[in-house]
Amino acid sequence: MSFQIKNSGEAYDVIIVGSGAGGGMASKILSEAGLSVAVVEAGGDFDPAKEEDRTQLRPPWESPRRGAGTRIRPFGDFDAAIGGWDIDGEPYTRKNGTEFDWFRSRMVGGRTNHWGRISLRFGPNDFKRASIDGLGHDWPIGYDDLKPYYDKVDKLIGVFGTKEGIYNEPDGFFLPPPKPRLHELYMKKGADKVGIPMIPSRLSMLTRPISKERGVCFFCSQCNRACQVHADFSAGTCLVHPAMKKGKVDLYTHSMVRKVTTDESGKATGVSFVSKEDMKEYKLKSRVVVLGASACESARIMMNSKSKSHPDGIGNSSGMVGRYLHDSTGTDRMAIVPSMMDRQRYNEDGVGGLHMYTPWWGDNKKLDFARGYHIEYWGGMGQPAYGTGGSMDSMRKYIKDEFGEPSPNGGYGVGLKKDIRKIYGSTMGMSGRGESVPMYDNYCEIDPNTVDKYGIPVLRFNYNWTDQEVKQAKHMHDTFEEILTEAGGILLGSKPGPETKYGLLAPGRIIHEVGTTRMGNDAATSVLNSNCQAHDCDNLFVVDAGPFVSQADKNPTWTILALAWRTSDYIVGELKKKNI
Amino acid sequence: MNRRENLKLLFTGSVGTGLLLAGCSPEEQAIPENALLAGGTIGGRTAEEKQRDQELLSETFFTEDERKKLSTLVDIIMPKDDESPAATEVGVVDFMEFMMKDQPGNQTRMRGGLMWLDFEADEKFGKSFNELSESEVITIVDEVAWPDSAKPEYEGGVRWFNMLRNLTCSGYFSTPEGWKYMGYVGNTPNAWDGVPQEVMDKHGVKLEEKYIPQYLKPEDRGTIIQWDDEGNIIG
Repeated sequence: MSFQIKNSGEAYDVIIVGSGAGGGMASKILSEAGLSVAVVEAGGDFDPAKEEDRTQLRPPWESPRRGAGTRIRPFGDFDAAIGGWDIDGEPYTRKNGTEFDWFRSRMVGGRTNHWGRISLRFGPNDFKRASIDGLGHDWPIGYDDLKPYYDKVDKLIGVFGTKEGIYNEPDGFFLPPPKPRLHELYMKKGADKVGIPMIPSRLSMLTRPISKERGVCFFCSQCNRACQVHADFSAGTCLVHPAMKKGKVDLYTHSMVRKVTTDESGKATGVSFVSKEDMKEYKLKSRVVVLGASACESARIMMNSKSKSHPDGIGNSSGMVGRYLHDSTGTDRMAIVPSMMDRQRYNEDGVGGLHMYTPWWGDNKKLDFARGYHIEYWGGMGQPAYGTGGSMDSMRKYIKDEFGEPSPNGGYGVGLKKDIRKIYGSTMGMSGRGESVPMYDNYCEIDPNTVDKYGIPVLRFNYNWTDQEVKQAKHMHDTFEEILTEAGGILLGSKPGPETKYGLLAPGRIIHEVGTTRMGNDAATSVLNSNCQAHDCDNLFVVDAGPFVSQADKNPTWTILALAWRTSDYIVGELKKKNI
Repeated sequence: MNRRENLKLLFTGSVGTGLLLAGCSPEEQAIPENALLAGGTIGGRTAEEKQRDQELLSETFFTEDERKKLSTLVDIIMPKDDESPAATEVGVVDFMEFMMKDQPGNQTRMRGGLMWLDFEADEKFGKSFNELSESEVITIVDEVAWPDSAKPEYEGGVRWFNMLRNLTCSGYFSTPEGWKYMGYVGNTPNAWDGVPQEVMDKHGVKLEEKYIPQYLKPEDRGTIIQWDDEGNIIG
């Protein structure tokens, strides 16, 4: 459906703000229950199966920048996600000299068009961290509450993996995983020597079909470009569009929500939004409002929804909206492997992401930091594009001729060309993605001095890593060096030290930000109850990663999906019981 | 997808084709080399992206004199050999022209380096760079092309030449000719069935025994999966 406007005429049962993992899942479950649904999305419609939306299988010469990143596609000119770190006319600010980078996607499916499809369940420990290490808070629910939903998400969307029986890495309903690539087999050798586990990864791509509606992976390695046969998960292709086909779902695109509207009693009555098409304000009415705009965007909408009954913003009587913002930690390292130089060519694309990963293996009681991390691996003979052949000014010296003489760094000519061909496919690297400790003092709030081009007040961030994260990053680098060296690699670059927090990336960079509308049993210290229902407004729900009490050392999407399904079931039940 | 299909897409697709096709009938128009470059990125573009690409493509950054210098230099960095063409033959200078406008932060450094060439040519040979003989050009290139042995006074020139080398390589290997030279055989639909056995043998790696029965079997890709209640695959 293209853009359309409805002026406060007929009310919907439910308005859902945002069409990513959470909003998409809510649109499917609520519409399947027979409810009428409006999905309000700040960006345009998108379906990679349509030729005009397709970036998959395009060679770099179909881009004048040969696939280099741009402001609105920082991960490459063919990346599916439209938006980026810095959206024209939609600023955000920072406070007290602190750092936070905010990645947004303005399109149907939201950031599920970008992510690596790493689809890990949180484990039993991940819901009860405070009980284990005394830091932060426990979730008001546990793994058993979400397990049935994780099972359903696995079957609905599809994820490959292997049953491992690791307590805090729960198994699911897995499709068969692809065999590892050469660099992953090298890494495994290194990891074995160091005594660190490495198992088949768990990614939401269809190695086998789960239904007749979606195609099966044909191994082009380009999931970040969105799959034209819908063999990978994104909320648009797997949730929102199927919901629109089957149920009473209207999609409002290019619609930027300003606030949740309320009545005298403080109940939510709908939303008010600005159409980006004509820059006019519109209102929609509904019995229930569901926010799935992303942890920070939903918090922004709530804080901007001030009224007589909600003077500090809807859902914010505790003052907790925006608080406990936290992202995964991240840092990376790379090596060059002499024995992989000049190697035999074959189609090594595989799926769009890692075929193996390392779940957290350590015992934090014996370490000087509280929370764990997982390791992602990368390398291989990827598509030559923008960036190929780069850095020969520092890397050429690792190439040796037939007499064992190293090439000089830099240079030019036929020799350089041959050396680039030799080095192709011989570098590999690893990335640690870890759990941080949620802090009251890490937050987003409304910047009193700045509005976006729609006149909506914007977010201001305040975020500092603690010692816990810094020490974890140091541990990551020690581990990286051990594995890469044992795998036969020569480390590239230098090991980052304390002056750079051991290479710890700025908060927000891993794009796993959660916690801004956290759930809890105590209305004074949390925003939502254990059903993701606002403590102070019973027909307002949040279905993105805002409700997370703590972000595990996993990617958040699978938990967003399971939680959004559970919340949607609860909404259906409450509407039936006429409680809301 | 072959070139013909690409072109068909260009003519019928959603990209703004005005620049390329102004006044021509698509069917009769001979397609110039690098025609795709003229149209901006293909596929999934927002209106803002299309407009920006067209704006960048309509502007000119390099002067004719600078283009001549660059043509000399990129063919020194990536020359023709018996397996592959020279950089100018695959449009590397046009690519650089676009990148200067797309990433304007590099403009001053690039232009500064190109200007320095004339200074250096005048100092050494009393001529402008474009008037130098081949061996004279190489004399200047050698001053800045070898980071580990360059004289300290050429530090800035080395940094500039590193950027030039990186851009040349990007522009070179991101072409059909570059793929062919590299031996890249991916980006063709297939069923990934692991690293060829002889490659694993050569590198001394092998698959873990316990996973072998669990890995995807290409012949199962047509069958809808079934599990038992415990998540074991039963069909």
